[in-house]
Parts: sequence; structure tokens; C-alpha cells
Amino acid sequence: MDNWLKGKTAIIIGERDGVQGPAIAACLEAAGANIVFKVTECFV
Amino acid sequence: MDPENQGQVKTIAERAQKDMIPKSDIIVVLGASDLDGVMISAETVTTGDPTFSGPLAGVSLGLPVYHILEPEVKAVVPENVYQENIGIWELAVEPERLEKIGQELKALREKK
Repeated sequence: MDNWLKGKTAIIIGERDGVQGPAIAACLEAAGANIVFKVTECFV
Repeated sequence: MDPENQGQVKTIAERAQKDMIPKSDIIVVLGASDLDGVMISAETVTTGDPTFSGPLAGVSLGLPVYHILEPEVKAVVPENVYQENIGIWELAVEPERLEKIGQELKALREKK
């Protein structure tokens, strides 16, 4: 599969009770995306 | 979705538009593990805040939204990095729920 993530500008909305922002960022960065915003939301 | 984060996303999208970056080059990737949470965030950055409480109320950004557990995202991330960071969640989220999340987000991406 072509790396469609390469060069994309990525906004990451992680969740504390799900996959958190830094974990998603590590994956997208490794795939060549440009992370412009990452956050881990918390719903209580 | 947190109003502060809505504001940040709105600013990024507006700046990108000013810099002539096509919307298709900007993606939003979610990590929520429940379908409701995924769909509220996804709607917020596509058709606008469904709760009408944040800066994206009535604002249709139309950004493509993916979930980190969707197969098309996983396919282009180096396997060792994916396993190290996400692997546990692949096991924690039931396949049926994951499939439903994928279907809903795909439908949303195709609708805009």
C-alpha cells in the first residue's frame, strides 16, 4: 500500500481512556506525517 | 470535544486555508475507544460541534477523520512502532466495535 500518510498535516485527538495522543503521534511521525497538534482528552 | 481543543483545530484549519493547503492534506486522527466518543469528535471536525457549545458550533470544517485502529492507518505505520504504542489497544477493543468505528468514519469521510 502506498504510504498515504507521508507529508500529511495531522491533528491528533487522543483520549485518556483510549489511545493517548503521544502514542498516536509516535505512529504518525514514523509514517512521515507532520503533527501540528496533539492532545489527550479526558472525560470525567 | 473540549472547547479549547476545538479552538485550536479551528485555528489550524483556518491557517491552512490561508496557506493554500488543501483540506485533503489535513487529517484528524482519533484515539477514543468508544463509538459515541469517536463520533462526537468526528462530527465536531467535519460538520460542526453537535453540542453547540464550542468554537466549532455551526462551523463545517469537513476534515477527513480516521481512527488510529483503522486498518488503513495501521498499514502505513512501521509495524514495530505500531505494536509498541498501539498493540495493547488492538487487543482491548472488541473487533465488532472496531469494525463499527471504521464503518462510521468511512461513511463520514465519503459523505463530505
